[in-house]
Amino acid sequence: MMSVRPAVIDVTDLTVAYREQPVLWDIDFTVPSGVLLAIVGPNGAGKTTLIKAILGLVKPAAGNVLIAGKSYREQRRLVGYVPQRGSVDWDFPTSVLDVVMMGRYGALGWIKRPGKAERKLAREALEKVGMHDFAGRQISQLSGGQQQRVFLARALVQDAEIYFMDEPFQGVDATTERAIVALLRDLRERGKTVVVVHHDLSTVIDYFNWVTLLNVRRIAHGPVAEAFTPHNLALAYGGHVAFVPQLSQQGAA
Amino acid sequence: MERLIDLLLDYNVRNIALGSAVLGIISGALGCFAVLRRQALVGESVAHAALPGIVLAFMLLSTRAPLVLMLGAALAGWLAMLSVIAIVRLTRIKDDSAFALLLSVFFGGGLVLLTIVQKSGAASQAGLDTYLFGQAAALISEDVITMSSLGIVILTVLLLFWKEFKLLSFDRAFGGSQGFPMLALDILLTALVVMATVVGLKAVGVVLMSAMLVAPAAAARQWTDRLGLMVVLAGLFGALAGVTGAFISTLERGLSTGPAIVVCISLLAVFSLLFAPNRGLLRERLQAHQNRRRLRADLRTLQEPEV
Amino acid sequence: MLEELLGLRTSQIEVIGLGVLVAVTCALVGVFLVLRRMAMMGDAISHTVFFGIIAAFLIVRDIDSPWLVVGATAVGVLTVWLVEVLTRTRRVKEDAAIGLVFPFLFSLGVIMVSMFASNAHIDTHVVLLGEPALAPFDRMELFGVDLPHATWVMGAILLINLLCIGLFYKEIKLATFDAGLSVTLGFSAGLIHYGLMTLVSLTAVGAFDAVGAILVIALLVGPPVTAYLLTDRLITMIGLSMVIGAISAVSGYFVARALDSTISGSMALMVGVWFALVFLAAPERGVLAVLRRRERQKWEFAQQVLAVHLLNHPAGELEERHIDHMYRHLRWAPHFAQSVLQRAQRRGLVVPVDEYLELTPRGQQLARQLLTHMGQG
Repeated sequence: MMSVRPAVIDVTDLTVAYREQPVLWDIDFTVPSGVLLAIVGPNGAGKTTLIKAILGLVKPAAGNVLIAGKSYREQRRLVGYVPQRGSVDWDFPTSVLDVVMMGRYGALGWIKRPGKAERKLAREALEKVGMHDFAGRQISQLSGGQQQRVFLARALVQDAEIYFMDEPFQGVDATTERAIVALLRDLRERGKTVVVVHHDLSTVIDYFNWVTLLNVRRIAHGPVAEAFTPHNLALAYGGHVAFVPQLSQQGAA
Repeated sequence: MERLIDLLLDYNVRNIALGSAVLGIISGALGCFAVLRRQALVGESVAHAALPGIVLAFMLLSTRAPLVLMLGAALAGWLAMLSVIAIVRLTRIKDDSAFALLLSVFFGGGLVLLTIVQKSGAASQAGLDTYLFGQAAALISEDVITMSSLGIVILTVLLLFWKEFKLLSFDRAFGGSQGFPMLALDILLTALVVMATVVGLKAVGVVLMSAMLVAPAAAARQWTDRLGLMVVLAGLFGALAGVTGAFISTLERGLSTGPAIVVCISLLAVFSLLFAPNRGLLRERLQAHQNRRRLRADLRTLQEPEV
Repeated sequence: MLEELLGLRTSQIEVIGLGVLVAVTCALVGVFLVLRRMAMMGDAISHTVFFGIIAAFLIVRDIDSPWLVVGATAVGVLTVWLVEVLTRTRRVKEDAAIGLVFPFLFSLGVIMVSMFASNAHIDTHVVLLGEPALAPFDRMELFGVDLPHATWVMGAILLINLLCIGLFYKEIKLATFDAGLSVTLGFSAGLIHYGLMTLVSLTAVGAFDAVGAILVIALLVGPPVTAYLLTDRLITMIGLSMVIGAISAVSGYFVARALDSTISGSMALMVGVWFALVFLAAPERGVLAVLRRRERQKWEFAQQVLAVHLLNHPAGELEERHIDHMYRHLRWAPHFAQSVLQRAQRRGLVVPVDEYLELTPRGQQLARQLLTHMGQG
């Protein structure tokens, strides 16, 4: 019944290697439109690399990625991206509003500068993540959770159909966590597709409806109820998952 | 007063002032990007590695046209950069070692060439010595015109791709996901930094040019939280230090310009690090002191009822 | 005898000897600069000790005073400390901190020379190049042996370096390769760090007369980096660096003689030449070896990709295994895919059955091995 919906992300036979060392082995999966997908797996499983390969940021050794039936290059306007918070220097001399407006750079194209329209969009996005009062702040004055919400706002102004988020819940406060969850729900209600690299196994069932278990190769992929099983988790994590009992209780209920 | 006016109208003085100002503006502006992208030592390596390029350009083309020597310098600087990249990519040698190796070997090669040219007696005519520690007094109007033209090209490209360079410097992966060719932008911006380094070599010298990229940027960062203002301020600071240092060096016989300019800009950087209103260390200290006192007072009021 | 053999005068041999001594001493401490990723700090130190020498000279007014060595070494260590203090304020990053500190101190040194010490015969060329050829004129007799003053000084510094590094070899090695473990075992990382930086400063001061302020860095970094491409063992790396340093010094001297050019500049140049040779031709880590290995790995890896692909798409999915469509699935260029298929067939990993590829038992075993091996990571 899932297959009725069109696939927005179609990954086939994707292999990625750094210096001939495979990080991802022959990955296949398709993501139907409108799902909230969590990518989970142990450290070094290649989660971030998978997202970067889909976004064309790393070159695969083999395989192919299609976004809504075409190459990423042609479809990049459909895609929003939230990199890991720790991947940038937060002491960079720029303001919150400025960072959010960077989400419009791709749509603006070469050389053209952001103007009034972009500023308005950025303010609206900040409002959505509860950061409206921070627009003029220097970014080094933000807490970790606030930084994350700025990055989310930047993705929102991209006005995309498919969002990729790399560990948005990493080290954020409870307020931000609630804000992100609300945002994910909102995006889903508006029919967007969201792919999230996620660490916390205990919240997968609450926050997401699809899941990919990854450990260099694809261990399992599908709706949470089907793919997120103790058996698959043991395969992905090599049997060291403290969380498994809790899941089996739920499974039994 | 009269002497001052005479001084300002003097042909030499005008060249010195203009040249030092131009070099300060360009290296200050581009230095911001070098510092923000943690490439502060790229300037150090490019500047040192430029020496053999300058001498070879002179030897092969037997001209001292500033543009030719600058091109030679830029080519040698680029060659050193490419070698660093090749070494880091192909071996386990880390970038800091590769930079240090290339800058010293190129510089050594440059000195070998320089001593050979000097023996032939041509170097003193060409004034190649001045490229070691810089001699603003040796700037002629041809130098100033070349520096200014290159400066205009560099700043125009910087302004044109301002948004893209900002994206590159802050969040490269995000820029790439939006379809901008980040590698090409990286090469372009690095090329601008190399050019900015090369433009100032005659006035500041290969030995100390890197300071003109780092210090104005570090000083400017203290006064503002906006990239645009930082670049403008760094340009101003660079020009101010350039002109001041150049004039100080002309007052004392035998005093090279490079060291004088570097001392000026370093003092400006130290002042900014200490006394800037928001990011200044003095303010941080004062605030920490006040916080401690307030905390102590609070603790006292908390304890009193119990006593 | 040596003199007759090479047709060299005693003074020339003394210059070569001094060059070798400087190069060997630099190589010894340089190994740790390279391994601890502090090459640019070495560059900074070699600049600032010049300021130290001048400042100390202006105070004691005696160019041969041992206080010059002490003062200049202290300034080298002060440089390291200043960079750390600046970085810790979090107003500038480490690279910018280095780029702020040493040009400032170096500039002060140059200005002091031109203002106060112009009668001391320290001109800017000596600052940059040193003047090893002058060394034999300044002599000193110790234990009945008459050698250039600089040779005695450098020899003493080499002895100190050997002694310190020999005594604390185990601790320094541990702190270099596993700082965390070294701290938990109770060795102060800070003490070892500053100890090494003191040796680097001392070495830079000693080398200053012979090779000047900037070329020291070639001798500090070049030979160790070259040795790093030839060995994996620390003790071998130290030995090799010292040998390479010595070879660079000797060959540099003769190049300088042939070109009638600067001795120290030629030494730095030869450091680069020897590095370039090793960089190209080193047996395992040289460029040629690396490129050959990468080429082999490329084909090997492509065959592995093919095997894993076929294992992941077993009998039911014919379309994924069609010989002519292979390149399309894996997004390879057609001729590259062709070549990979041929190699894999030759190795007996795959066999064509009609128009479709099948994994041989051997191919299946390879693919399974790869996947289980990866799953553990």
